[in-house]
Parts: sequence; structure tokens; C-alpha cells
Amino acid sequence: MTDDGERGTPGKGLVQGLAVTLKTMTKRSTTRQYPDVEPELPPRSRGVIALLEENCTVCMLCARECPDWCIYIDSHKEEVVVPGAARARQRNVLDKFDIDFSLCMYCGICIEVCPFDALHWTPEFEYAETDVLDLLHDKNRLGEWMRTVPPPPAHDVLGEPSKEEATAARKAAGPGAATAAKADVRRPTAPPAGRPNPAAQAEPEPPEQPQ
Amino acid sequence: MMPLWLDLLIRIVAVVVGFLTLPLIVGQAEHKVMAHMQGRLGPMYAGGYHGWAQLVADGVKFVQKEDITPKDADRGVFRLAPIVALFPYLLVLLAVPLGPGNLVAQPLDVGLFFVLAVLGVGVLAVLMSAWASANKYSLLGGLRGAAQLLGYELPLVLAAASVAMAAGTLSLPGIVEAWKPWWLLWQAPAAIIFFVAGLAEIRRPPFDMPIADSELVFGYMTEYTGLRFAFFLLAEYVGIIVIAALTTVLFLGGWHGPAADHLGWLWTLLKIFALSFVIIWFRVTFPRLREDQLQRLCWLILVPLALAQLVLTAAVKIAT
Repeated sequence: MTDDGERGTPGKGLVQGLAVTLKTMTKRSTTRQYPDVEPELPPRSRGVIALLEENCTVCMLCARECPDWCIYIDSHKEEVVVPGAARARQRNVLDKFDIDFSLCMYCGICIEVCPFDALHWTPEFEYAETDVLDLLHDKNRLGEWMRTVPPPPAHDVLGEPSKEEATAARKAAGPGAATAAKADVRRPTAPPAGRPNPAAQAEPEPPEQPQ
Repeated sequence: MMPLWLDLLIRIVAVVVGFLTLPLIVGQAEHKVMAHMQGRLGPMYAGGYHGWAQLVADGVKFVQKEDITPKDADRGVFRLAPIVALFPYLLVLLAVPLGPGNLVAQPLDVGLFFVLAVLGVGVLAVLMSAWASANKYSLLGGLRGAAQLLGYELPLVLAAASVAMAAGTLSLPGIVEAWKPWWLLWQAPAAIIFFVAGLAEIRRPPFDMPIADSELVFGYMTEYTGLRFAFFLLAEYVGIIVIAALTTVLFLGGWHGPAADHLGWLWTLLKIFALSFVIIWFRVTFPRLREDQLQRLCWLILVPLALAQLVLTAAVKIAT
């Protein structure tokens, strides 16, 4: 009480403190009652990785790119006899696809590199276990999570066009016009006054797909 | 007329029921009010609806816990201390009038004197538990508590003396009887001094230096477990009721209010709960006073103010 510097009316701080607590009391609490009420997760939440087994070709890209080697894949080859073909074709069949979520650091590289969209992020996060060994999930468990994969979010109209779109536009513009086409794609044809709409966005795309 | 023993029985049972339920209501209110003041929800599960049964659940939990007495403790004193902390408050409630027309368990002519004397026993419980625990934290807390309680006893008594002088009686119902609304202004300093000193007497934040959980673990309650610890907690909540009730009776006009003849008890209870809310509010808002600040507030502010109030009361009393 002796070491107060310059201060206004004595007791002002006390009253202000009382006002703050009283105001807080009348406001709604921000607590979310999680187990009773589902949390509202942001889009693209990284909860767990789901596997769409049919899309997997056992290319091993995910397992090799994984920074902490938490993906374990086993497979065997099967002969597929195609009627009318000269010889039987070979096909990879997935035997084991395990992800050890005690090692996974949720970087999402496996999902990025998968060329066939076999791996997906899902916002599901309630898979805690009492034993760390139980965090090794096999392909059946990973497949069950496919049900919880949300539809992909709508494309951001102001964002850069996807790699596929840009490539297609460049090819359509023909060789030599690559940079011009690229610049054209980045800034849609719509004038700056009007916000670009999906139709304007699609306009630079060629009518026929090159492949 | 009903026989004396039945009359006595009803009064005592009523006080005991109030003694057991009012603190629970205040405790639950503290949980919820404190939570919402801090932007939380507080207990939500016990009992189903917004955790109304949290304190009942706490009680059940405390009963189940092991009752530990430290090896070096002074066993008898250690075990007696929680009772000594709790029992005086029960006696105080006996003398607090709830409404007009003898609606008090025991109308004493020296009610105020009795109440203040019995409240002073609280120091004893603190010292007993602190010394008997054979724990340095307990001892430090107990000594702080003793210094604080002895110090704040003085403004408490002086403020009460002022209102007793104004009313010309020591009887609690008598004081409420004599109370006039303009006393709110006349006795305002005494009311504030009494309330603040009362907060210090029951060792509530911001006067919880003897407990000071961040530095003394839990002060004189450090070694207590189970039911005995629950007694100390209950004593704290009863203490809130007692201080709120005494402030109500002495300074806020007790049962005075619209339709006081029929609803007097309701007015008393409402005022008690309003003051209990203020006590909880203070706890949430203000940080703990340092030991030197605590003593400075008592001796350099409250005691001189109380003496000045006493002079003012005497002057007005002689003038009218």
C-alpha cells in the first residue's frame, strides 16, 4: 500500500475489479462441454488417416515418404487372366497396410504423395487407447474411417488454380505460349471490379480435355 | 402453549437444520458464481441438473477418505481442532434472530456480547490445528492466523460496539427492533469495518494469508484429511453465513422490509444471501493481501476508523 505509484481515486481499482468479475458472470461461458456436445472442428482437420483400399496399388510411395516410417505395407502379386489377352496380367494385392499412430506426426505427406487418392484425412479424433501398442491400426480399421471423410471443401475462388487446371490450360495454349497462358490463368478474364464467379473461373479452361 | 422441552427441541432442530443446509447452499453458490465469474461453468454433472449435488458428492467423498493423523501430531488436540472450528458457529446461529416476534432460537439479553465472545474461539481452533499438526507449514499458517485474528478482533468489536451504543442494547433482536433506515448512513463506516473485519475473521480471501495455498500448502489445514478436513471446509461456509447474518442483523436492519410481520424471515435470509454473494464476489475479484498489508489495513485504517465511528455514534446519540 505504500509502494503505489501515481494512481487515481483510492479504491477505484477495487471497484473496477468488482465490475470486471460481475460483467464476466453475466456473459455466457465459453466452455464447450466436449463429451456431451460434439466440437465444431475447422475444415481440413487432421484427425486420423483413412485408407480407401481399392485405390491402393501398393506403389509404396507413402511408406517411403513417411518421415518417421510409421506405415507398414505388405503385398503379393496375383495373376489376372484377361480373356483375349496374349498373356496373364499381374496385379498387386494388398496384404497389410498398418499405420502406427503412436509414431505418426500428422504431417500428411503420405496423403499428399498418394497418386491414387487412397489416403484421406478425416476429422475423427476419438481413438485414444490405454496401451500404446493398440495405436497400430490395420487396414480394416483405417478403412472404417473412410465413412467419416468429409467431402472436399469448395475451391477458393480467389485462390490459385489447381495444378491440373494450370497444366491443362498451358497445354491447350500450345507450345511457346506457356508463360502467357500461365499468367492468364492466374488472373481470370473477369474485370477486377466484378468478383470472379465459378463460370469465369472455368472460362480459361479449354473445352476439350487434352487426355 | 406447548411444553418447554418441545419448544426448545423445535428451536434447536431448526437451528441445526439451518446450520447444515445454509452452508451447502452458499457452498454451491460459491462453486457456480466463482466459475461464471471466471468464464467457466463449474460443476455440471453431480445430481444431473447443473451439478446441484456437487457438495453432497464431495461430502460422500470426504467420508470415504482415510482419516490420517500424523505420527508426531498431538493426537487429542489434532482431532479436536475441527470440532472447535465448527462448533462456535453453531452457537452463534442460536442467537441470531430470523424474524420479529421471538423468531430466534435463544433470545439473549447479552446476545451481541455472547456472539462476539464465541466467534473469538475460532482463533483457538486455528492455533490448535496449527500446533498439533507438527508441520512447519501448519505452524506458519497458524501463527499468521493468530496475528490476523487477534488484530481484526478489535475493529470487529469496536464496530459492533458502535451499533450497540446506537441501539442502546446488547440484545440482537433488540438492535434490529431499534434499527431505523437512516442508520444505513449513520453506521455505514461501522458496517463496512464490521464486514471487512468479519471477512478477515473467517479467513476468506483476500484475507486468506493463514491458508495461502500457493506458499503454505494449506496453512493449518495441511495435515487434515477426510471428514476432519470436511469439517474445516464446512466451518468456512458456516463462517460466511455467520458473518453475513451478523452484518445483516446489526447493520442492514435484519427483518425490516415490506410486510416485515409475515415475511421478516424472508428478508433476513435474502439479506444474508446477498451478503454471502458479496463475500464470494470479493474472493473472486481481489488478490490475497500480503501479511504486512493485512496488518497495516487493520491497525492503521480499520481501528482508527472504528474509533472515529464510535465517537460519531456517541455524539449523535447525545445530540438526539
